[in-house]
Amino acid sequence: MNFVAPDFMPVLPEIFVLTMTCLILVIDVFLEQRQRHITYGLAQITLLGAALLTVLTYAQAPVTTMFGHYIKDAMGDLLKLFIYLSAAAVFLYSRDYLRQRNLFKGEYYVLGLFGVLGMMIMVSAHSLLSVYLGLELLSLSLYALVATDRDSPVASEAAMKYFVLGSLASGMLLYGMSMIYGATGSIDLQVVADAVSQQSRDHLVLVFGLVFLVVGLAFKLGAVPFHMWVPDVYQGAPTSVTLYIGSAPKLAAFALMMRILVDGLGTLQGDWQQMLIILAMLSIGLGNLVAIAQTNIKRMLAYSTISHVGFLLLGILSGTPEGYAASMFYTIVYVLMAVGAFGVIIMLSRSGFEAENIDDFKGLNDRSPWLAFLMMMIMMSMAGVPFLVGFYAKWVVLQAVVDIGLVWLALFGVVFSVIGAFYYLRVVKCIYFDKPEQSATIELSRDTEIVISANGLILVVLGLYPTGLMALCAAALLN
Amino acid sequence: MLSELPLLSLVIWFPILGGIAVLFVGDESPARAKALALTVSILSFLFSIPLFSHFDATTAAMQFQEFVPWIPAFSVNYHLGVDGFSMPLILLTAFMTVVVVIAGWEVIQYRIAQYMAAFLIMEGLMIGVFAALDALLFYVFFEAMLIPMFLIIGIWGGPRRVYATIKFFLYTFLGSVFMLIALIYMYNQANSFEILDFHKLPLSMTEQVLIFFAFLLGFAVKVPMWPVHTWLPDAHVEAPTGGSVILAAITLKIGGYGFLRFALPITPDAAAMLDWLVITMSLVAVVYIGLVALIQQDMKKLIAYSSIAHMGFVTLGFFIVFGIERSTGSLSGAAMGIEGGMVQMVSHGFISGALFLCVGVLYDRMHSRQIKDYGGVANTMPIFAAFMVLFGMANSGLPGTSGFVGEFMVILSSFKASFWIAFLASFTLILGAAYTLWLIKRVIFGEIGNAHVAALQDVNTREIIMLSLLAAAVLLVGVWPDPLTAVMHASVDNLLQHITASKLL
Repeated sequence: MNFVAPDFMPVLPEIFVLTMTCLILVIDVFLEQRQRHITYGLAQITLLGAALLTVLTYAQAPVTTMFGHYIKDAMGDLLKLFIYLSAAAVFLYSRDYLRQRNLFKGEYYVLGLFGVLGMMIMVSAHSLLSVYLGLELLSLSLYALVATDRDSPVASEAAMKYFVLGSLASGMLLYGMSMIYGATGSIDLQVVADAVSQQSRDHLVLVFGLVFLVVGLAFKLGAVPFHMWVPDVYQGAPTSVTLYIGSAPKLAAFALMMRILVDGLGTLQGDWQQMLIILAMLSIGLGNLVAIAQTNIKRMLAYSTISHVGFLLLGILSGTPEGYAASMFYTIVYVLMAVGAFGVIIMLSRSGFEAENIDDFKGLNDRSPWLAFLMMMIMMSMAGVPFLVGFYAKWVVLQAVVDIGLVWLALFGVVFSVIGAFYYLRVVKCIYFDKPEQSATIELSRDTEIVISANGLILVVLGLYPTGLMALCAAALLN
Repeated sequence: MLSELPLLSLVIWFPILGGIAVLFVGDESPARAKALALTVSILSFLFSIPLFSHFDATTAAMQFQEFVPWIPAFSVNYHLGVDGFSMPLILLTAFMTVVVVIAGWEVIQYRIAQYMAAFLIMEGLMIGVFAALDALLFYVFFEAMLIPMFLIIGIWGGPRRVYATIKFFLYTFLGSVFMLIALIYMYNQANSFEILDFHKLPLSMTEQVLIFFAFLLGFAVKVPMWPVHTWLPDAHVEAPTGGSVILAAITLKIGGYGFLRFALPITPDAAAMLDWLVITMSLVAVVYIGLVALIQQDMKKLIAYSSIAHMGFVTLGFFIVFGIERSTGSLSGAAMGIEGGMVQMVSHGFISGALFLCVGVLYDRMHSRQIKDYGGVANTMPIFAAFMVLFGMANSGLPGTSGFVGEFMVILSSFKASFWIAFLASFTLILGAAYTLWLIKRVIFGEIGNAHVAALQDVNTREIIMLSLLAAAVLLVGVWPDPLTAVMHASVDNLLQHITASKLL
């Protein structure tokens, strides 16, 4: 039997990130605490290098390699670029926060980069095995990250809860995968897709497996009723880690849905559409309603994430390329907003003080008008008010749903987004209408200030001219 | 040459960019921020004048058009243009913003730069609403407007401002999201977001009725019509004077404008079938809300309710068309109803704005809006009293003022439809006079009520300027409404053609 070496070129970014991360792991051991910024710098260089490699090899047509386990296509490359971008922003925003809390350690960056690698594998997975490998690499990094502040009982509890529930979800996913394998005889998604479209006698087994897959995916995405871990983990984890969990993994989770449900089981669309409709409605409804009752802003944003996940599902469940592109646009936009929102929270925290409650935003306009303005933009964008890109995200998703004749579902979505607007407005109210309760000045390092400004303004710029990003998403999915 | 310039873009984006510039000047140098804001507002008004002077009143076609593809994937275009309906409202917006900037000059102490910037940005967005010919662009401006208004009420408002502003935001937001779904639905049918394409789109009766209700909800909240008006008194009472002026003078008009641009021409058959509903709501506004206004103790609340009643006239004028066609079989007189509604909108913009400014002038001195705290103001503030009596008379529809023209036209045309509608609508002349004049009597005339009133200072030059601007406008439209109605004729005729041609498949 001949061994043919696979083409390694498409996997270059992954190889680079893996090599660099191992290198950082070793280098970090020899650094003193005051030199830790070298680790930070290397982590950013890794992301930058990976971004360059991805841009230079941006896929025109899909290429599979590694014996069909890996695919490089435009959707994957675009998502990876945003994964690097948001990870870089996360590392930057959390740097000072970690430093003030004695959490400024190499582990944060090494685990963060391994998480990025896991996401990259998820995004480019083309078999059930690589999907699972990527997912677990990401999840294990996240469990450890949540627990990095080991003296904090809340964080440990959150990590434990996340680990137990996450493992359960992984189990579900594996079980579903085994069913699919049993029915189709392969783990290669292309073979699975062909088998599913041809045979019909094992339909029951397939749908049985599909249910478990959808449950597993819903767990990872945090869709109701599999959302229980989201609020606790968001609240319990150090804000720097919440920032990480709340952003890039959503891109990977979107890719996961696309790879498994659309690429692999696309012919079963009629079956999973029903399940996703239920998940989406529950997520939008419960997420928005429960968020109203929160006083902790991290918890509030956790419920807001759940409702955004519901909207994201709306695009996927439409089952049209336009719908997938809409969902992808939504996910990218959501990640930009989430990074910004948690970024502002992290900047309000300082040594000995955690900005965690909505009340901590009171009078921000008097303390820092610019940060207040940025946060308002982010909140309005999340609420879906136009001239901010959040509106276009909601609009394209609704467009996809109306397109397939589910006008009632679109109505459901918009009514709950009005209800959701309330809690975003409450944050704006605290920022602008209330008097400050504390007068400590907000000190930001120059680079943080520039990036958070860019982060907030991109929401306005994309709001004025959303075409570019929309076209990229469409190009990635329409061919 | 003027028609080559992107005039509409200029009047939209110049105030917005100017507002951002004012923000950057900042609250540290209030004098410079104020001067810049005034310059920007006056310049934007000057830029808007060519829209009137170079307007071709003989055609109903859109003028000063601009067309740039914006989101090609969904064939959304940055398409601007004005006709006889939108052009006067754009001028009104630009004019009122100047007044509002002057009104906030000394009164606002807290973060004046942000205050001025919010109004300038608001101006650009409102003009965008009137100028947009693409439904999505319209929606974007329509919703974006909520942000500055939300902040204006919330930051510079009264004690219950948070409640009022969140109520305002959520009410309007809820009303408009259904419209978004309707627009998306029509896009799927027409493959275009052009409003003018929607006008031609054939729709079945069920579709029309549902779309009509979506529009009705969106615009009725904005107008506001009874029974979705409850946000308005709260918002007005809590808003700072400038906010009340813009709310009453411009944002309410956007609701009326929406009926003309969307609901009537896009769903004419549904509108014809359901006109009784809108007419009933309008009459309830005129009669019932007029009675409610009568018993108000708070001056601002009284004017707010009076606004609802007057806006009831606008919607009555727009929807009386179908009744006229049914009872007389012809459309003669229908044009007068729509034109009357339009004149009423412009006139109400001046009058309600002026009345809110008057209350603002009193409030700045006494820090009370309760009618019982005043009495005999004419003794200490004679010049102010003259202005307030003038605006009060205009509000009650005295001939010679702008308030008379619109109401008279609407009542005349509703006579053609039905005596009883006209009869009920005429109640506004009695009720309007009753609550306005009673307000004037209690506040302005009589013995000096208390020591505070005795110590009042009369209006200063700045206040005289802003009140005279409005007084001139009220009298001009009242005595010589022809230039205003002349620009509308072609557009009204065109609209009537659209309304009367069935769009059923």
